[in-house]
Amino acid sequence: MSIKTIPMYRRPEGLSDVRTHYCPGCGHGIIHKLIAEVLVELDIIGKTIIIAPVGCSVLAYKYIEVDGLEAAHGRAPAVATGLKRALPNRIVISYQGDGDLLAIGVGETVHAANRGEKITVFFVNNANYGMTGGQMAPTSLEGQKTTTTPHGRDGTEVGYPIRACELIDTLVAPAYIERTSVHNPGAVKKTKKAILKALSYQKEGIGYSFVEILSMCPTNWGVEPATAAEWIKTDMLKSFPLKKFRDRPMEAAVEKEAS
Amino acid sequence: MLGKVLMKGNEALAEAALIAGCRHYFAYPITPQNEIPVYMARRMAELGGTFIQAESELAAISMVMGASAGGVRTMTSSSSPGMALKQEGISYLAGAELPCVLVNVMRGGPGLGGIAGSQGDYFQATRGGGNGDYRTIVLAPGNAQELADFTVDAFDLADEYRIPVLILVDGYLGQMSEPLTLPKPNGKKFEKSWAVRGSEGKSKNIIASLRLVPDSALEVHNLHLQDKYEKITEEVRHVDEYRCEDAEWLIVAYGAAARVARKAVDSLRTGGTRVGLFRPLSLWPFPDRELNEFAKEVEKVLTVEMSLGQLIEDVKLSVNGEAEVDFYGRAGGAVPTLDDIIGRIYSYEHQDHTHVQAS
Ligand SMILES: Cc1ncc(C[n+]2csc(CCOP(=O)(O)OP(=O)(O)O)c2C)c(N)n1
Ligand code: SF4
Repeated sequence: MSIKTIPMYRRPEGLSDVRTHYCPGCGHGIIHKLIAEVLVELDIIGKTIIIAPVGCSVLAYKYIEVDGLEAAHGRAPAVATGLKRALPNRIVISYQGDGDLLAIGVGETVHAANRGEKITVFFVNNANYGMTGGQMAPTSLEGQKTTTTPHGRDGTEVGYPIRACELIDTLVAPAYIERTSVHNPGAVKKTKKAILKALSYQKEGIGYSFVEILSMCPTNWGVEPATAAEWIKTDMLKSFPLKKFRDRPMEAAVEKEAS
Repeated sequence: MLGKVLMKGNEALAEAALIAGCRHYFAYPITPQNEIPVYMARRMAELGGTFIQAESELAAISMVMGASAGGVRTMTSSSSPGMALKQEGISYLAGAELPCVLVNVMRGGPGLGGIAGSQGDYFQATRGGGNGDYRTIVLAPGNAQELADFTVDAFDLADEYRIPVLILVDGYLGQMSEPLTLPKPNGKKFEKSWAVRGSEGKSKNIIASLRLVPDSALEVHNLHLQDKYEKITEEVRHVDEYRCEDAEWLIVAYGAAARVARKAVDSLRTGGTRVGLFRPLSLWPFPDRELNEFAKEVEKVLTVEMSLGQLIEDVKLSVNGEAEVDFYGRAGGAVPTLDDIIGRIYSYEHQDHTHVQAS
């Protein structure tokens, strides 16, 4: 008698069958998986181009079964702008870390959002520069020890954490802005919902969508993966509260209902 | 004059880009190239194309990268300080072998410099101002007609070789109004199976310049680029020779400087000195063998430039000791005058001493 095994869990078909270079416990892998799942669920995977940043996720296009393009450090939203304007019927994703999006590329970030480019930006906030060895990022917490703030980030010296969602929420054009996290299964589920919403709004041609995702970097935080996830909860959430900042289509629907 | 239009050089160039099928243009304002974005803002709206006033030159060149990766014809323009910022993107475009057209309407430097025309970015243009071993084709038009014609050619060259093509113009040519016949679209089509348009129905495409694995990948890629550059060096060499056949003096100049030099040739010949003008129309590849052949026949070569010793390096490399090489250059927006050039040659001819630099 043969025994049939039905897998409870398998690699989503949108995720490439390769080993990633990410460290154990890194949030990038979880986020890639969620994006891959959503692209398949929305049936847009064949129409999608992902723009990889310079940072740990520079090879993102190797891990998701989509066409890929690599931008210079910080320029992904501008590259996405050019690509989306050339191919308005395709889905264009700009995937970026915090150094990429808020330091060297803050100009491109703000202006692509301000123009309301019909792209989706996934912003992976791990509170440091992962790729170059754990230096301070614009999002490093006050007091956080990094390789370039060995005594802890002193806001009076090097500035305070920049909050991307709050910054973009001051602009008129963006359609959807949300901050989520991947530090526990519940948070991962909510992140998937946000990714789904952001990409479905792009699919519908609605406008610019931005999802910030708090993500673990155990290697450069110098802790075990479980402790890293805990640190998001105990420390990062204080500076970066999880919140839906804007959902224009939803707000419009609610308004319509009310009137 | 049937069919001729009077246009500023910058506008002639912009219209030619549209004729070549460019519908995606991105730029940041800077004098003396502002006529191009202003013209494009109006025309792209009429044609249903895309013009974005980018937040910086870094962003503009990155938008070009995105549009090029999507497989469309795309262009950006700027002037010297803005061109310095674009070098980041140019290196990425070259590394990823993405076609595009770049325009530098040069002004004087260094730094903010001035807004008058100059040729001070010759090194930046021909040596590659960004990081790594790469080349861009560099074309050097000398009047409004060439500005338009070379722009159409530039799009074809970019697509044919998958390379950024730079049109190097000085502020004087950009600003001057001249009659020209607008070029016709040549209808050439290029298959861009490498573009990233989504992987539906095909295997996925990746456009990247990062090459880490295996260890040899980056060198292999660089050698591939060098092979391509070698091919371009064989196939794209443009030069305009004026009264060179029997010359004893050869002037080498491009752009606005060459216009004055051409007048100097006529004037000196009237006075009995046999002078010719060798005007490179491609600065990379530089027509070195052609210049070397002439250098064997002439006694002296005079390099005239609106910069202080940049073009002369390619002239000396090309002449390679076959003739003496003299230099006359002006900078900071100054243009060599007819008298300057004639005086330079005349004083050498009529005095016993020489200013000629040993080559
Ligand atoms: C112009 C430029 N400057 C600096 C670098 C070096 N560099 C590579 S990745 C990186 C920081 C990336 O950090 P982040 O965006 O936070 O992404 P993470 O690696 O944490 O995912 C830096 C500074 C570079 N590649 N290019
Ligand atoms: S260094 Fe940090 S962000 Fe980079 S792969 Fe490792 S855990 Fe992830």
